[in-house]
Parts: sequence; structure tokens; C-alpha cells
Amino acid sequence: MRRFDLRVVVASVLVLAVHAAAAPDFGMPVSEEELAAVDIDIAPDGRGLPPGSGTVADGIDIYMEKCVACHGPRGQGAAGGPALAGGMGSLNTPKAQKTVGSYWPHATTLFDYIRRAMPYDKPMTLSNDETYALTATVLWFSGIVRPTDVMNATTLPKVQMPNRDGFVDAWTPGHE
Amino acid sequence: MPRFMTVSDPTPVAGGGLLSRRAFLQGAIVLGAGAAVSAEAADAHLTAALPSQKTLGRPFSGYGVPSRFEADVKRSIVPRYGAMAPGNGVSFTPLEFLQGIVTPAGLHFERHHNGVPDIDPAEHTLTVHGLVERPLRFGIDQLLRYPMTSRTMFIECSGNSARIAGTETPKLSCGQIHGLVSCSEWTGVTVRTLLEEAGVKPDARWVVAEGADAATLARSIPLSKMLDDAVLALYQNGERLRPEQGYPLRLVLPGWEGNMSIKWLHRLKLVDMPGQFRDETSHYTDLQPDGKALQFTFPMDVKSVITRLSPGWILQGAGLYEVSGLAWSGHGRIAAVEVSGDGGRTWAEAELREPVLSQCLTAFRVPWQWNGAPVALMSRARDERGHVQPRRADWMKAHGPNQRYHYNAVQAWRIDARGGIENAPL
Repeated sequence: MRRFDLRVVVASVLVLAVHAAAAPDFGMPVSEEELAAVDIDIAPDGRGLPPGSGTVADGIDIYMEKCVACHGPRGQGAAGGPALAGGMGSLNTPKAQKTVGSYWPHATTLFDYIRRAMPYDKPMTLSNDETYALTATVLWFSGIVRPTDVMNATTLPKVQMPNRDGFVDAWTPGHE
Repeated sequence: MPRFMTVSDPTPVAGGGLLSRRAFLQGAIVLGAGAAVSAEAADAHLTAALPSQKTLGRPFSGYGVPSRFEADVKRSIVPRYGAMAPGNGVSFTPLEFLQGIVTPAGLHFERHHNGVPDIDPAEHTLTVHGLVERPLRFGIDQLLRYPMTSRTMFIECSGNSARIAGTETPKLSCGQIHGLVSCSEWTGVTVRTLLEEAGVKPDARWVVAEGADAATLARSIPLSKMLDDAVLALYQNGERLRPEQGYPLRLVLPGWEGNMSIKWLHRLKLVDMPGQFRDETSHYTDLQPDGKALQFTFPMDVKSVITRLSPGWILQGAGLYEVSGLAWSGHGRIAAVEVSGDGGRTWAEAELREPVLSQCLTAFRVPWQWNGAPVALMSRARDERGHVQPRRADWMKAHGPNQRYHYNAVQAWRIDARGGIENAPL
């Protein structure tokens, strides 16, 4: 047993015995700076998006270097890797194709996911500018943004995804 | 199965030879054996002794491993994208080789999105922040000091059984189809304990849970679930978590789809709306025939499968067999399991083996008299909330060809006249 302080356990049990509400509290305070470094999730309304920006053109250069091997030159998928574009209008057919363009309801998800998990072989290596640029490029593959559009914390949450209304929340109604 | 097996009550209660669950199998007493010992046989033990009785055994071991004769009992590994992404895929628990409700830790199914991280617990922390009064950080040593709770419960991937959720009928083993469910005794600290310490702000509704793996996998979890029964697991089946199961810290959400029980947990952030992360939009949503997708379908529905007498088992001729398997429901306890031997026309109630726990694998058994003719065996579970496992055709009709999550239809195993067993789409 590593660094296990029996006195604390005994004290905790005694405290619990006399006052059930008094649970042990071993949490350490965290500074704003420490929190900011790990607070990477992006809300669908854009909260959490960092400063920075990127364009489709910026993104194509990065994409051709870091993404094309698995996702193909136009996001159609390659070598068994998942397609990012295509499948428009397929969701109610027997062979639905779920891609960023055909299926994803929120553009913010794309920034969030690329930054936390891509490229697959080098996750957590993309800067915020690179992530904005790749987000723009992947959206452009599906014709969702124009080649001249700039993605940043203001523009990205305003992007309307084609399947925005394609989801039914099976939990929240009835559990609020 | 011994040839002298007999049964206490041989009257069938349903078609196909299913007997009462109250009937029990027993070995016949062989009379007349072991009479007088002759003088010549007095030293018979010298020649009858087994090699293992005459050879000194190997010494102690620090950590025991299964017998070398059990080397075939292992997880079935299916990569998702091949060599391009070797850490993305699944491995299935070999259900057909196991008995009882607890899955050995080393055989617990795996679903990784980018491999298994190698985390030093001395370097690992859990940060609780967002809509809380006091953002807090906990080291593993600190978490080990809290009062702990233990619960035996299943974790099931929402993609379990997806290999038969389409129109194809692959010839796979029970584990290769349904083995993305496993069951462990999970021990750790309740999420509620830490959230109360941090102080939940009134506008908090959801909690972002995030792993420290190379996918930095994140899910949004209703705050109500986190306060109700969510566990920060440190131990699995008595020992610290296996790396594949989230060492040193994993979230366990009783009864809910496995993807939400975030492994290698390092962050909980209280928020007012779900984050709409990739794994709750692009994946783990249930696309329906009309093109709309159900989102946030969290509980795993009632389900069962026959494990003993499933593909890989060869029946040794007509006679008595015990059919057994597993049932579970994310909604609560299993209330009943029925087994059919005539294509679902009649059903015999199986015996549930204790313990019967909420949101936990539950073992069932029923005696069966096989007459040697081709037959199909299937099981159907009902939980305490009244949910009943649907037949396959009904599930397919309701959900269509594109939903590969939350498949819980009745599984039929077809047995041929030679005693071979295979998956049948009945």
C-alpha cells in the first residue's frame, strides 16, 4: 500500500460517525492558469473557442501534409479511413453515409474534435490557428463555407450545418 | 456431459424439450462399484498415481495466471481501421468460455479510440471545475483516502452486437457477436462526494467528462446521473484497474452505454448544456429509418444471450443438457428470462441464479432434453421495469438498417442434427 495514512481514515470515520454531512475534503485548489490549460472543450454556442483564425487556403496546406493519407485529397476518405464529406441526402436511405457534411449538427464539434484528437498519429499538436484553418477546409469540402471564409471564434458558431435539425434529444425532455 | 446424467423431473414445460427450471440435473449413482479390495490390488496406488501426484509442483508466483491449457480463452481483437490506426477498435469478451457474472479483468472487453495510455498514477490528477463554487484538483493518493463504495455491474458498449444488427448473418461465436459486455465489481469514490466538496452551482445541468488518452475522449453526462449513482472507479474485481480499463481512474455510469464511462478520467467540468462532442453527435447516435437520429440514448436496454450451447460448442448426441446464459438491463434488475426451443412459439421460464443485482449481469439456466433433431434455442429477458427484449424482426423493423447501436434483439442459435451450433437470424 502506498502512502496510506491510516490516521486520516480513522479520523474520517469518526467524523462521519458523529456528523454524517462532514465528508473528508482532500481537493486542492486550482489556479485560473492551470484551469485554462486543460479547459479545451467547446460549447455548441461557441463558448470556449480561443483567439486565432484560419482560412480554407491555410488549411489545405496543413491538410495535404497531415490529413490526406487517411481522409483523401477532398475528404472522401482513403485507405479505409473515414470520409469527411459526401453522403448528402443519404441519411434516410438503406446505405446512409454519415460524414461531417451530411451528419454533424454543429460546426463547433469539428474544431473541438480536431484540436483534441487529430491528426490521429500526432494528437494534441495543432495550434489554434491550424485548427481553425483545418476546420474551414473540412467544412469547405462539403460546400458549407466559401473558399474565402475565415473561421474564428465569431464566425465558426454561426456556420449552419446542413443536418442541424436532424437530431432528436431522447433524454432531456422528461428529465428536466 | 456425462452419459449417466439424469433429471429430477423429465416432463417438458415448453416445445423443443425444455424442462422445468425446478428440475435439476444429477449424476446417476453407479451401484456395485468399489466392492472388496483384493490383496493383489493393495499397492495399486503405485501404478494408478498420476504424474502430477508424483512430481513436485512449481513454487509460488507473485501474480497468478490462467493454466496453460486455457490459452484459447482470450479476447477476440477486431481493429477498426487496420494498421493505419492500430489503437482504434474493439476486443470482445469470450462469453462462451465463461461462467458466473464476473468477467476476469484481463478478459473485460476493450473499446479504445487511440490505444491504451501508460499513465503513472503519481502524475495523474482529476480536475473538477466549471459551474462549481470551488474548482478542485485531486491526486490519486487523495482519492484513495475517501470512503469507498463497491458495486458489481455490467458495462456494455452501445455498439455491442452491431455485427448482426444489419442484414448479414455472420458465423461468429457468442463472444464475437455479444462480447462487448463485461461485468466487474467496481470500487471507488462516488462522483457525488467530490461534486459536493466542490459545490455545484444552481445553473449546472451537465458534466463534461474527459479522458487523458490520445483521443482525449469527451462526453456530456447529465448532472442528475452523476449525483445519483456515478462512481469514480479505482479498483476492478478487487485490484487496481487494468490499463485497458482506465488505470488509474475511470468513470462508471451504471447501466449506461459504455462509451460514457470515461477511462483514464482526468477532468470533470460542470456546464449548462451538452458539449455536442464528436462521440455524442457523429458517433453513438441512433440513425432511424426516417433519417433523423436519436441522441442521448443513454441506458442500455434489457438483453440476454445463451452462452453455454452457443457456436463452438458441439453437442454430444441427444440427451440432457443445461442451457445457461446471461441477462442484463440498464434499467434495473432482471425479472425473468424465458428460453424457447421451438422458434419462439412456446417459452420455458429459466431459473435466475443468485445474486440478481440491478444493472448487473444475471446468470440463468434451464434443463433441456434434446431429441437429436435440428432445433433453435433462444432466450428472452424481461426487467423489473417491464421492458422485454424484442424479437429480431421487430427490432429491425423499428430501427432500420442504419442503426448499429443499442441492438438488443433476441438471439437464436440454430443447432443441426450433428450438434453443431451457429448464429441464426430468427
